[in-house]
Amino acid sequence: MVGTSLYLTIILAPLIASVIVGIFGVKLGKKPSHTLTILGVLISTVCSYIVLYQVQLEHITYNGPLYTWLTVGSQTFSVGILIDTLTSIMLVVVTSVSLMVHIYTIGYMAEEDGYERFFSYISLFTFMMIILVMSNNFMQLFFGWEGVGLVSYLLIGFYYKRESAIFANLKAFLINRIGDLGFLLGIGLVFAYCGSLNYVDVFAKVSSLTQVMLPCTDWNIITVMCILLFIGAMGKSAQFPLHVWLPDSMEGPTPISALIHAATMVTAGIFMVARLSPMFNLSETALSVIIYAGGINCFFLGILGIIQTDIKRVVAYSTLSQLGYMAVALGCGSYSVAIFHLMTHAFFKGLLFLAAGSVILAMHHEQDMRKMGGLAKYMPITYITMLLGSLALAGIPPFAGFFSKDMIITSAVVAYQHGLPGGAFAVFTVYASVFVTALYSFRLIFMTFHGKERFRDIHDDHSHHGHDEHHGGHTNPKESPFVVTLPLILMAIPSVIIGWLGLKLFVGGAILDGSVFNISWITQRFAEETITPINMIIDSFKEPPVYLALAGIIVAFVFHKVDGLSQKFVNIIKPVYNLLDKKYYMDDLYIKLFAPFGRGIGKFLWTIGDMVIIDGLIVNGSAKVVEWYSRVFRKLQSGYVNSYATFMVLGVIILLTFCTSLIFS
Amino acid sequence: MIGMTHFLILSAILFAIAVMGIFLNRKNIIVVLMSIELMLLAVNFNFITFSSFLHNIAGQIFVFFTLTVAAAESAIGLAILIILFRNLRSINVQDMDKLQG
Amino acid sequence: MLTTVLFYVFAIILVFSALKVVTSKNPISSVLFLVLAFVTSACLWLMLNVEFLALVLIVVYVGAVMVLFLFVVMMLDIDVETMRKGFWKHLPLAILLGIIVLVEMVLVILNKPMVITGSPEVVSNNISNANQLGWVLYTQYSYPVELASMILLLGLVAAVAITLRKTDKNAKYQDIRKQVSVKASDRFEMINMPAEVEVDNLEPQNKEEVK
Repeated sequence: MVGTSLYLTIILAPLIASVIVGIFGVKLGKKPSHTLTILGVLISTVCSYIVLYQVQLEHITYNGPLYTWLTVGSQTFSVGILIDTLTSIMLVVVTSVSLMVHIYTIGYMAEEDGYERFFSYISLFTFMMIILVMSNNFMQLFFGWEGVGLVSYLLIGFYYKRESAIFANLKAFLINRIGDLGFLLGIGLVFAYCGSLNYVDVFAKVSSLTQVMLPCTDWNIITVMCILLFIGAMGKSAQFPLHVWLPDSMEGPTPISALIHAATMVTAGIFMVARLSPMFNLSETALSVIIYAGGINCFFLGILGIIQTDIKRVVAYSTLSQLGYMAVALGCGSYSVAIFHLMTHAFFKGLLFLAAGSVILAMHHEQDMRKMGGLAKYMPITYITMLLGSLALAGIPPFAGFFSKDMIITSAVVAYQHGLPGGAFAVFTVYASVFVTALYSFRLIFMTFHGKERFRDIHDDHSHHGHDEHHGGHTNPKESPFVVTLPLILMAIPSVIIGWLGLKLFVGGAILDGSVFNISWITQRFAEETITPINMIIDSFKEPPVYLALAGIIVAFVFHKVDGLSQKFVNIIKPVYNLLDKKYYMDDLYIKLFAPFGRGIGKFLWTIGDMVIIDGLIVNGSAKVVEWYSRVFRKLQSGYVNSYATFMVLGVIILLTFCTSLIFS
Repeated sequence: MIGMTHFLILSAILFAIAVMGIFLNRKNIIVVLMSIELMLLAVNFNFITFSSFLHNIAGQIFVFFTLTVAAAESAIGLAILIILFRNLRSINVQDMDKLQG
Repeated sequence: MLTTVLFYVFAIILVFSALKVVTSKNPISSVLFLVLAFVTSACLWLMLNVEFLALVLIVVYVGAVMVLFLFVVMMLDIDVETMRKGFWKHLPLAILLGIIVLVEMVLVILNKPMVITGSPEVVSNNISNANQLGWVLYTQYSYPVELASMILLLGLVAAVAITLRKTDKNAKYQDIRKQVSVKASDRFEMINMPAEVEVDNLEPQNKEEVK
């Protein structure tokens, strides 16, 4: 199976499964539903690996339209497929993680209502994500972009009877709209100036626009385009200040958090920027903007992870932080490294979420870490896999995260040396974040798996209230079923080794040849030295990051071991703690300032713009003018024959006068 | 010598008198109809004059048809006037405001 | 010289009678002055050697249309006083408009390119005006003549149709359905009759039959 039929299989398998399960799911029952959707994703996954093999080893790429959607003048908008190195990598990441999550869901959602609906959604999500990464033009990219946004909205609000879930999904939806507005404006600008929406045409055209300014301003058009497009990425990839939806999105079921809000959808923005690297390379200003947004995410939002008590929210903030890392890499022009980190992150963060889900499952849907502890001996597989994931996240060599993160740090340093505006900020944040990352990830490990078994108090409470199966005694937390642990193990393996394997391919750039173009100074730097995993590990001990990470772990350990230390520390830095507790007041800023402001504008436009100007003046006004006019002129329409005759004669006389004046003029 | 201008001016005077008639007798529809006949006469006068002085018979043909149509028009107009009077008991134009709707 | 005098005489009569048409109190005198106007016009047309139409004007207009007017005016009960209401009020405006029309028309007529010098048509080759007109009407304008006849027919039918009252008991209507479905027997009935009938004897005979 080769060519377009192979690519179409990848796209359509999850869609067909999703549609069938979505429509007939309840009739089919649970087992056929998950079998069908898993089969669909499995087919996609296998085909994706075939595509990866073809692209990387046989160098078969494809770029062409499948179907012309509409033709406007000389412009055609078509559904197309672009298969190149970047697509092949993304396909593998998306389908693999999706497959793992599908399998995991069987165990996690077993008891839940809407089991079939859930499978239908995640298959639909997979389809949308594949569309997004495979598209060869901006229109289709936007379609996939909105599609994943829609499914994300549906899944955050999966427990639609829960007030907070509805709030969270609406929040995610609205914040994403802001980003999408920017994205759409960006696409519009691209179309206006490049005359096409196909990547290839745009890249060919865009280099001739370096001197073009936005009309009426002295802003470079490419910079404006890139920043607008990046605003879209900000929304989807939860970059500051459009990040506020991501922590709340944890209201959705955990497999979703793993799939959508960690591994795939939120990286769509990163993917998009990498895909458009030839454009972004032309605007240093845009790159600086990306660095600042990413840096803020990376460090300041990472800190918030330290004080969270909800196990999923810790992971969520760590996701924000890691997305910040990727954005910093993009901002430094080191796109291949960003994709590298995207890939490693997809595996270890997916793993962390799934493991957190496993813990939540064992704790009977209790997410508060203060009510956990000492779980290591009851759930060894979850513990080990989560520990591996955390080590990868913290960037301890030789786990996956170490390599990608170290390369980001290198890129930041290179960018700084090269004098890119914001370079210093990038260097500072990436260094500081290493410490923060290690701190919160190991705080999570210690609080959840070590120490006192605090959950027993809770269970006592429950038994007093006469809860059925717990009544009369304690039940120890059980290790999750095989369908849950299997994905954990399968995801732990790449979390450990993929950095080692991928380093040379990504840094050398060979694996992303022809689709992602690093900025010149990064290419130069990577070409200067040959980097091997072994060298890198040895070298890393001469550099601060590893020690920062270790320091983070140690600090976490100390705070864990010494009772009351954290409370004392919190008391000392009370104002800072409050600031962090309120998440820098970003939510308040949105809810108390932007939302009323937006509503005010809306109300103004509604009452003044719509009711007064449009309805009152234009719609009713024109009718009133006609009415007034008629009221005046109906006087002429007296119905008296003689007045009609009079006016006719008057008309004749006027005409006669006119004709006479023509003769004499 | 009587030239074309004399006849044309005469017909212009006739026409102007007819216009005056329409304005003066706004209430009396029958005189209005008569004024219209006067106007037609003025027009016919013009046709005849031009036809005669230009040695072109077409003008007379035109008058011929005008007379035909005017006769038909008078017949129908008077018929309408009669049923109007039958219904309204008056030919006062002021009473004919049914067109107002 | 004679024609000049004649023209002015007729012209004065025409203008005077036209003025009387629009200003006289009584509609009957208006009609009569209109007749006078038509007759003088016909005379003037004769001066232009347009005999046929001059005579047609008298026959058709004076003989038919004006008589129709006269009938109508006499048939209708016209309240002359209400009709005259507003006459004096409208007079200045009417005179003003009349003068405007007149002045404009005269200006146009006196404008140099408009003036065509020449003489009225002269009868030539002993072909009368009626003959000429007839030739053209029945050859070149035969279709319009047909049309004109249709218009006259239409005027006739319309005048009758408009004034005919459906409720009038004396009105006679055609019932096409009945006409079509008529049988010979409906039209024609055979009756046996004695050759001689004594009127006195008829009734008693019938009475006996009834018994």
